[in-house]
Amino acid sequence: MSSVSSKIQDVFNEPGCGKNQGKSEKERKKGCTKQLQPGGAAGGCAFDGAKIALQPITDVAHLVHGPIACEGNSWDNRGSKSSGSNLWRTGFTTDINETDVVFGGEKRLYKSVKEIIEKYDPPAVFVYQTCVPAMIGDDIDAVCKAASKKFGKPVIPVNSPGFVGPKNLGNKLAGEAILDHVIGTEEPEYTTPYDINIIGEYNLSGELWQVKPLLDELGIRILCCISGDAKYHDVACSHRAKAAMMVCSKSMINIARKMEERYGIPFFEGSFYGIEDTSDALREISQFLIERGAPAELMERTEALIAREEARAWAGIEPYKQRLAGKKVLLITGGVKSWSVVAALQEAGLELVGTSVKKSTKEDKERIKELMGEDAHMIDDMSPREMYKMLKDAKADIMLSGGRSQFIALKAKMPWLDINQERHHAYMGYVGMVELVKEIDKALANPVWEQVRKRAPWEETTWEERADAAIAAEAAALAADPELAKAQRRSARICKCKAVDRGAIEDAILEHGLDSVEAVTERTHAGSGCTGCTGTIAGILDSIEDWRPGSVNEPAKQAA
Amino acid sequence: MAKVTHTQKACAVNPLKMSQPIGSALAFMGIKNCMPLFHGSQGCTSFGLVLFVRHFKEAIPLQTTAMSEVATVLGGLENVEQAIVTIANRQKPSIIGISSTGVTETKGDDVDGYLKLIREKHPELDHIALVYVSTPDFKDAFQDGWAKTVTRMIEQLVEPVPADAVRDPAKVNLLPGAHVTPGDLDELRDLIEAFGMEPVILPDLSGSLDGHVPDDFTPTTIGGIGLEEIAAMGLSRHTIAVGEQMRPAAEAMEKKTGVPYTLFDRLTGLEVNDEFITLLAGLSGRPVPNKIKRQRSQLVDAMLDGHFHFGGKRIAIGAEPDLLWTLSGWFRELGAEVAAAVTTTESPLLERIATAEVLIGDLEDLEKRAADCDLLVTHSHGRQAAERLAIPFYRIGIPMFDRLGAAHQTIVGYRGTRDLIFEIGNMFIASGHEPNPGTWSLPEETGHVGEKALAAH
Repeated sequence: MSSVSSKIQDVFNEPGCGKNQGKSEKERKKGCTKQLQPGGAAGGCAFDGAKIALQPITDVAHLVHGPIACEGNSWDNRGSKSSGSNLWRTGFTTDINETDVVFGGEKRLYKSVKEIIEKYDPPAVFVYQTCVPAMIGDDIDAVCKAASKKFGKPVIPVNSPGFVGPKNLGNKLAGEAILDHVIGTEEPEYTTPYDINIIGEYNLSGELWQVKPLLDELGIRILCCISGDAKYHDVACSHRAKAAMMVCSKSMINIARKMEERYGIPFFEGSFYGIEDTSDALREISQFLIERGAPAELMERTEALIAREEARAWAGIEPYKQRLAGKKVLLITGGVKSWSVVAALQEAGLELVGTSVKKSTKEDKERIKELMGEDAHMIDDMSPREMYKMLKDAKADIMLSGGRSQFIALKAKMPWLDINQERHHAYMGYVGMVELVKEIDKALANPVWEQVRKRAPWEETTWEERADAAIAAEAAALAADPELAKAQRRSARICKCKAVDRGAIEDAILEHGLDSVEAVTERTHAGSGCTGCTGTIAGILDSIEDWRPGSVNEPAKQAA
Repeated sequence: MAKVTHTQKACAVNPLKMSQPIGSALAFMGIKNCMPLFHGSQGCTSFGLVLFVRHFKEAIPLQTTAMSEVATVLGGLENVEQAIVTIANRQKPSIIGISSTGVTETKGDDVDGYLKLIREKHPELDHIALVYVSTPDFKDAFQDGWAKTVTRMIEQLVEPVPADAVRDPAKVNLLPGAHVTPGDLDELRDLIEAFGMEPVILPDLSGSLDGHVPDDFTPTTIGGIGLEEIAAMGLSRHTIAVGEQMRPAAEAMEKKTGVPYTLFDRLTGLEVNDEFITLLAGLSGRPVPNKIKRQRSQLVDAMLDGHFHFGGKRIAIGAEPDLLWTLSGWFRELGAEVAAAVTTTESPLLERIATAEVLIGDLEDLEKRAADCDLLVTHSHGRQAAERLAIPFYRIGIPMFDRLGAAHQTIVGYRGTRDLIFEIGNMFIASGHEPNPGTWSLPEETGHVGEKALAAH
């Protein structure tokens, strides 16, 4: 485990990670290993994250070393697409049994690698460590090393057992694995001044192919996309790119940053979601390449392409704009998507009534404010009931979210569109934007909503009416009882990592006259974990006049 | 009849099997106001949850003790305690169903011991039932987790019955196996009710995961069987178990309460349903309703019409033992031959299956054996193999993530059997090749008989 823990430390010290750099050295050491709350946690583990990050490398065998749960319960569940080999969709697992747990699973692992190479002859085998073999001390590094030597093929250990942390940490550990064992191990046949890497893009629903033709036309070559539709050889050669674009910074920043450090490949963060963002990304790619020696005329061609494609996209959206005008969208997603999709939807003339900022960074939130105005409705984390209330109160016409919250919308008989990883439509680039608008229009225009919302002839009241009545009663009770309202406000959990309620923060601010987020953090420990709540703490500080005891605003605010 | 073999491979390729804990969790999901809880790391829960969401297309209640690396090494008492307290406060369930995983079993966490300590420390949780089942991932499979959980619930939640207790003649216990869908349960309920009796179903997924729009938001399971109903199961007149995996559960019920049981190893097919209906008629003392008589007649007709398409067909099936038994028996009754059979775990049924070999293996094994088959039958993960083999593919079992209505797929009773014949029969018809002028063409060198005749002149 020592190599895993040193790797984790390494990831935490990542200078490219804004989140970690915002912490003191002591906090940084603790890194992202916030203790998840038993009974109140959801989401994947580090193994899940590692597998997600590397699985789109299509021609290698991804072998999961562990009991059946880790692969048997989860394989073939991602919508990445491949232009060639489909080996990545084959589930390989050592499916260890009781005997292996007692005597160790290394032999089975070695034999498994052997079988895979004999039967499938992949360019490489990736071996994923999981919790149980990590506990019993299976040394996958040693097995991989021995197997590599014996079979003359790269066998890459990916050390990220589930219990070391959350999914996001796993993404980064996967990045470390390919940095250590793959990138820079082979040479491309030739290089051009137009070679770029795209990092943190997984080609879900084939989205990469919505953008690739644009680059093709400009003569820009994607030397490697890490890891969407990638082949082992591409990843191994990716150190010869001239520049890189980081698509999802939260998952693979360490790859982009270390490739800059080791191979001098500069990178920028961009997005292909939304028309303007796509154009900006194309400009930046060209700019980076020109700086690294590509001819300056590349920019002229890029601008010409942008002008032509933007016009095409607007023309594609035009027919829908009128139909969608005034329609309201509730967006429940997270991270970079919480702003990149906002921009995209506004372009289509839709009105956003709220966006979630779960997993979003401070910068993400700033972007949202830029786009939606200071009073942007940002939602941190919601219970299903709150989400339903939000849908009702905001009178949203459609909810866009990931699959997990779809049933809130569907059971509330609200149109819903999947914009997360399990989605079946591709929404990237100019064509993707038109596609998204088309899908929203299709969902909104479906006559099914009118029918499903009709009550059965024998039904006295619908459940929506009962839910509305309950919500109204709750609101009335709060309005009638300022003490209850105050108690409820104060009981809101602000910092989930350190379990700090709003009341404790308010008390600390008043008692010690605190006036900065840092001071609050020092005093209450709120915000010292994942730092996701620092924006909320700033909000509490800003709104002190609303809740200070005796404030005129206090009761009124609670009734709202 | 069949030789049962185990795969000799070190590496499972394209697993057919799913882990024991998620079978256990699914059983808990058939209990009203329940929160299933995995004692393991977060990913154990996440994978199960996503799998069930994709299959049932419903919100799935499932929680985790979120074991970190350190907690795993030191033992999970605090995590179990905190999880139970958090769930109790937040979701207010009537029962928390706890299943262990590979991680906590490898460490050897004594969850029974933990629960005793937690009970002592938290008297305020007395009203919540805590049922713990040991289900390591590295042993057994999905249906074993389900079966163990049902048995455990019977042992822990059913009240013993005094010798002179008065049994309710209208009540019949129904213990379905993991392969019995909510749609199947609805069908069985209808049949039992048609005889004026009331089924008490443990676990009852038909109330919780049958795909309906619920009356309110609830973070726990919706519907399912309530704890009071489970407690009173000892007062029913009879227990009907579906699937060999449920034998220990039915025996546990009989041992604890004296309720006799009848086990049906399958309920798909004409004769098995005749036995089932006869039992219901006997228990209720009522004649068979006209509706059921009509259904039987329709099934007979469907078998007559359908057998042309099934006769001589070679079928490859990958399924858990009880489902494999159900399907292979039924296919054989229609004249098809089970040419390849792969399953996930041990069962006394396996050697009774009418085929040469039953392999405990994976989908790679099945694909290899299905090369000259006419139909591939397994869960959605078989789609890639069917594509490569270019043969029709019938999806059944969990997970079924690329089709709608998985929960409503119904293959029990006269009606379910009838519909299954139509569905698979139609697949055979659709995959039949239309002849074209080249279909029966002779090999080149033989030439056309007419030409030879002409040349002779």
